[in-house]
Amino acid sequence: MNYLALNGGALALALSLCAVPAAAQTIKIGSVLTLSGPNATLGENMDRAIKLYMKLNQDKLPSGVKVEVLTRDDGGPNPDKAKQLSQELIVRDKIQFLTGMTWTPNAMSSAPLATEAKVPMVIMNAGTSVITTMSPYIVRVSFTLWQSSLPMGTWAAKRFKTAYVAVSDFGPGHDAEAAFTKGFTDAGGKVVGNVRIPLANPDFIPFMQRAKDAKPEAVFAFVPAGKQATAIMKAYGELGLDKAGVKFIGPGDITTDEELPNMGDVPLGVLTVFHYSAAATRPANKAFIAAWKKEYGENSTPSFMSVGAWDGMDAIYYAIREQKGKVDPDKTMELLRRYKNPNSPRGPISIDPDTRDIVQNEYLREVRRVGGKLANVELETVQTAVKDPWKIINNKK
Amino acid sequence: MSTHAGGYSADPRVRWIEFLPWIVAVAAFFALPEYLSLGARILIYVLYALSLDLIVGYAGIITLGHSAYFGLGAYVAGILAAKAGFHDPFVQLAAAGAAGALLGISTGAIILRTRALTLLMLTLAITSVLMEVANKATALTGGADGLSGVVVAPILGLFKFDIFGKTAYLYCLLVLLLGWWLVRKMIYSPFGTSLRGVRENSLRMHAIGAPVYWRLVLVYTLSATIAGVAGGLITQTNQFVGLNVLSFESAGELLVMLILGGVGRIYGAFVGPVVYLIAQDLLAKQFPEYWYFGIGTMLVLVVMFARGGILGILDGTLAKLRRKP
Amino acid sequence: MEAFFASLVSVAFHGTALGMILYVISVGLSVTMGLMGFANLAHGVFAMAGGYVLTTAISRFGAPFPLALVLAFAAVAAASVVLERLLYSRLYTASDLEQVLFTIGLIFVAVAVARFIYGTLQQPVVLPDYLKGQFSLLGRDFPTYRVFIIVFSAAMVALLWFGVERTRWGAMVRATVDNRAMAQSVGINTRRLFTLTFALGSGLAGLGGGLGAEIIAIQPTYPFENLVYFLVVVSVGGLGSLRGPFVAALLIGIADTACKYWLPQYGAFPIYVATIAVLLWRPAGLFGRHA
Repeated sequence: MNYLALNGGALALALSLCAVPAAAQTIKIGSVLTLSGPNATLGENMDRAIKLYMKLNQDKLPSGVKVEVLTRDDGGPNPDKAKQLSQELIVRDKIQFLTGMTWTPNAMSSAPLATEAKVPMVIMNAGTSVITTMSPYIVRVSFTLWQSSLPMGTWAAKRFKTAYVAVSDFGPGHDAEAAFTKGFTDAGGKVVGNVRIPLANPDFIPFMQRAKDAKPEAVFAFVPAGKQATAIMKAYGELGLDKAGVKFIGPGDITTDEELPNMGDVPLGVLTVFHYSAAATRPANKAFIAAWKKEYGENSTPSFMSVGAWDGMDAIYYAIREQKGKVDPDKTMELLRRYKNPNSPRGPISIDPDTRDIVQNEYLREVRRVGGKLANVELETVQTAVKDPWKIINNKK
Repeated sequence: MSTHAGGYSADPRVRWIEFLPWIVAVAAFFALPEYLSLGARILIYVLYALSLDLIVGYAGIITLGHSAYFGLGAYVAGILAAKAGFHDPFVQLAAAGAAGALLGISTGAIILRTRALTLLMLTLAITSVLMEVANKATALTGGADGLSGVVVAPILGLFKFDIFGKTAYLYCLLVLLLGWWLVRKMIYSPFGTSLRGVRENSLRMHAIGAPVYWRLVLVYTLSATIAGVAGGLITQTNQFVGLNVLSFESAGELLVMLILGGVGRIYGAFVGPVVYLIAQDLLAKQFPEYWYFGIGTMLVLVVMFARGGILGILDGTLAKLRRKP
Repeated sequence: MEAFFASLVSVAFHGTALGMILYVISVGLSVTMGLMGFANLAHGVFAMAGGYVLTTAISRFGAPFPLALVLAFAAVAAASVVLERLLYSRLYTASDLEQVLFTIGLIFVAVAVARFIYGTLQQPVVLPDYLKGQFSLLGRDFPTYRVFIIVFSAAMVALLWFGVERTRWGAMVRATVDNRAMAQSVGINTRRLFTLTFALGSGLAGLGGGLGAEIIAIQPTYPFENLVYFLVVVSVGGLGSLRGPFVAALLIGIADTACKYWLPQYGAFPIYVATIAVLLWRPAGLFGRHA
């Protein structure tokens, strides 16, 4: 329950117990995540990944250098609050890195602060394409909706002639809608209707009813991962869309790994395109999952947000290491632009030096039963080393 | 509404103790440079609370929809700055106030014909309408993502709105000073007295031929204007507007701040936000659940035992001390 | 044309389900406000509590669904009696402002307690198998549970109306709503009547909250999020009346669903504008009494 205090206290205790030589340096990292409210699981999954990474990678820091993460709760997509928290972290706590950023609105509102204060901002989740263009001090290690939804559209046009598009009404939703529509229609498909669903607490039934009544071959949906994904999946099942032969497709947010256990049997057969699945069999992922379950229990599953946070910490540690603990903002950005990790749990990743955005593989997955539980089984690699298509199409950096 | 000790004297001259808040504010500027953005927020909420006190405390109108004017002011300033290219801070602020006034008079004229639940419901509905518009008119307001790109030019070309909030703090302090002076002047005027008459016994006011309705509309409009200005300030300070400015939760919080300080007295609007926001800054981050529990309990206790809020308790204590030989 | 008719049917159906839930929850508020003149903005807390009782009874204790429904009613009614005796009754003569503040305080406390006990997530609703799936009626498929909601709520409503029209208690309620002073002078024990009616109204809210947990999600911020809807039902329907809120609830349920379906880009905007229009035309509500 008082997760924050407990982990903060443990961290402080651990830090204080280490024998600190006189020349020791503590690098402060500010992490703005969602730890309360209906979307608390999202931030918790990120926070856990951050703590786990720090625990297992103490040797990756230069000697005499310590890292302290100051975690703040934004309560959900609350851009005003997030901006306030980021500002306080920068001005009062004098952080050298700003990270976390579960939500697009929160990242967007905090971006100007990164520029003004010259604080490198490592985005661990928020997926709207335009974010990285808002400040030269932003680097994103998570994903963009265009990366997943454009290939999904192209692939879907081979299987389905018509599709209905339903997305949440905010940044990532608009991106997913535009990306899928482009991919789908460019490859010959027809979008028979679309709807934007309010972000705050929607009842999905009327919207899914609209989708059903348009009689498409498939419904492409995007909602924030977590409880909303479960809710829309339930609506899909309750209205009998699966029985009516309408396939449910979307980016991996809708079958997010940590929520699959709560969705019942409805998701079986749902096809998604995404950059990470907890069921992936590559060795780096197996090691990651094992370490996670050892720390957080057999019944706990990391999500793609956990991997985003994990890789984010890896990137930050890399920047710290290369500068031997003397962190300069511009040098950090130069280093982060060149960051690569061939062995992330999601496969090979790197940062595009021009756009400071993530480059990674996208996989086609199907929800199947594996070992008695539902999992996103990776069927094939739809595209390798995908750069954010939106920026390419629109010529933005 | 029960009367409260020491609410306002008949003497309109400024008492020495009334300089205290301003001295504290200026001292804070020098003593706490890292907390100036919190300070600016407190100042803005004091102004906002003052505007609410005008209608709830002095005119006795219960509303849960005051955030409509605050939010409208905030968005108008933001849209002018981000979409229409008006970067001058004074233009933005004036527009925010004007928007508040316009909405205030149009809605006030309509809803003040009703009472009690109907009035409350109308205030809620009006705010909800604005909230929906802000949510859906994404091209103008940014919707759920919020409105970024709010550019506020340096004041008089010299004082930039920076990340530390130094300019913002002094700017808000100045605006608050003006707002306070205006409110104070009004309260001690004959108009202010007639307002108290309306609150205490509107039936009698009708009987003596004083036009109640138009007085209420006037004070409501004034209050909405000030709230609009406060909204503009918050946009300029944050250089951002989010849907939160229109939320019920923040309207509820404002009411709590006002009650905490003491309703129906100018300085209640000063004490309340200061105590609430500082306490929130210290406590709420660590223990968000306990914070709401504490606030709720405090509200219930205040209503049952300490209706005058902090200032009421202070007055009571002072009165007891004076009685001792 | 056939497609339009089909969507009309589904909007009417889902709208009615929502409307019924809104009514079951809000009728208690209407009666209490008419009876005691007390603006209980915290009414949503009782609905939320009912939702939590129901979902906990099923998930944690494995109670069968019907029992869980009864528990939702009974537990919330009982708790409301305690609250009424201890707190509410002290404020019957307080000013409007104080009543509003008090109830807002209650909401804050309830939200915090809910968060503390249950965490911040929506409560998962586990339905019994016989209520899952689709129900075939006249060649169309409807979600079984929503059919159940409509039928069960209608039964509750009929019971309530019968109770108010035909029983002695009902007569006393109607008398006191009409003229409290007069009712007291003919010997009606208004104090006991208040408590009993308050309990009944809150219990119904709890029942509605539990029943409607699928439609209106049970989470700690429930009383804040849905306050406007309950208040709209009561103010548009008319305080103290039974029929008024019923009509209002159905109108709102259907209008809300229709808007979400046909005009999703406007959100709930039309509903609020309509509310304002109705209240300006009839400030006492569609079926209200006092001007």
